[in-house]
Amino acid sequence: MRIILNGEEREIEERILSRTLCELEFGDAVVATAVNERFVPAAQRSAIALNDGDRLEVLAPMQGG
Amino acid sequence: MLLYDVELASPLMLGTAQYPSPAILAAAVQASGAEVVTVSLRREAGGTQAGQAFWSIIRDLGTRVLPNTAGCRTVKEAVTTAHMAREMFGTPWVKLELIGEEDTLQPDVFGLVDAARILTEEGFQVFPYTTEDLVVAERLLAAGCRVLMPWGAPIGSGRGLNNVLGLRMLRAHFPDVALVVDAGIGLPSHAAAAMELGFDAVLLNTAVAKAGDPVGMAKAFALAVEAGRLARHAIPMEPREIASPSTPVLGRAMLT
Repeated sequence: MRIILNGEEREIEERILSRTLCELEFGDAVVATAVNERFVPAAQRSAIALNDGDRLEVLAPMQGG
Repeated sequence: MLLYDVELASPLMLGTAQYPSPAILAAAVQASGAEVVTVSLRREAGGTQAGQAFWSIIRDLGTRVLPNTAGCRTVKEAVTTAHMAREMFGTPWVKLELIGEEDTLQPDVFGLVDAARILTEEGFQVFPYTTEDLVVAERLLAAGCRVLMPWGAPIGSGRGLNNVLGLRMLRAHFPDVALVVDAGIGLPSHAAAAMELGFDAVLLNTAVAKAGDPVGMAKAFALAVEAGRLARHAIPMEPREIASPSTPVLGRAMLT
């Protein structure tokens, strides 16, 4: 299945978001997620199934002013 | 200083971007005495863990974090970013930034008020990056904000306090609201001036991060905000239009 991960096309096997994140090597990383511009809390990741063409944003802590 | 019922000893809040190295960032924060640092959220590539390394440094500092919504241009984008920040950083605090203009990076104050209202109703404690406009300030307070963060000058410009009169009026108009000058500070004297005006704190980043010696500059800012705060409490003299001799005239010898 093809999704848009952080603005770039990506082929993935796992549809369930929590598993998708593992497949994408985020593992236990501190990240926040949004699917199709909607925030998905960590507690809901295992209940969200991605569809072909979905836009997944994975954000991490970063320097800021 | 009280920010949303949190007592802070230092009136200096520091950004974490643009430092030459993580070690210099950590040393600068320590030298500044800041108890609050700002952070952001950005895309992470799987496996690279850049954000994880940064987060580890920030956690080791032991400061509070104030996540920002930097770069957001719509209410929806800012609200979603705030949701993601709250989960990631485990704090209801959010520095709400909604940019309305590219050259000046000035806030879109209309969207700002809308986003502040939405987030406050959802339990966020909003630190709005705003202008010195009194009407906007009134609307932000009505939306539930208990802190206001007017700009001193455009972000990253280092120009200091562009509208001293406006900032002074803001202070006079809202004597009981926590006011933080955010953005545009370039020198310790700018920060001291903000404190002398009666502001509760200053938030800056580039002035320290882009200094030749960021750690030395962080220390300079720590001393400057303390000097400004002491001066404010000591009640400065009223300026005069003409000279007034400080040495007594009475008793002067007649030697001509």
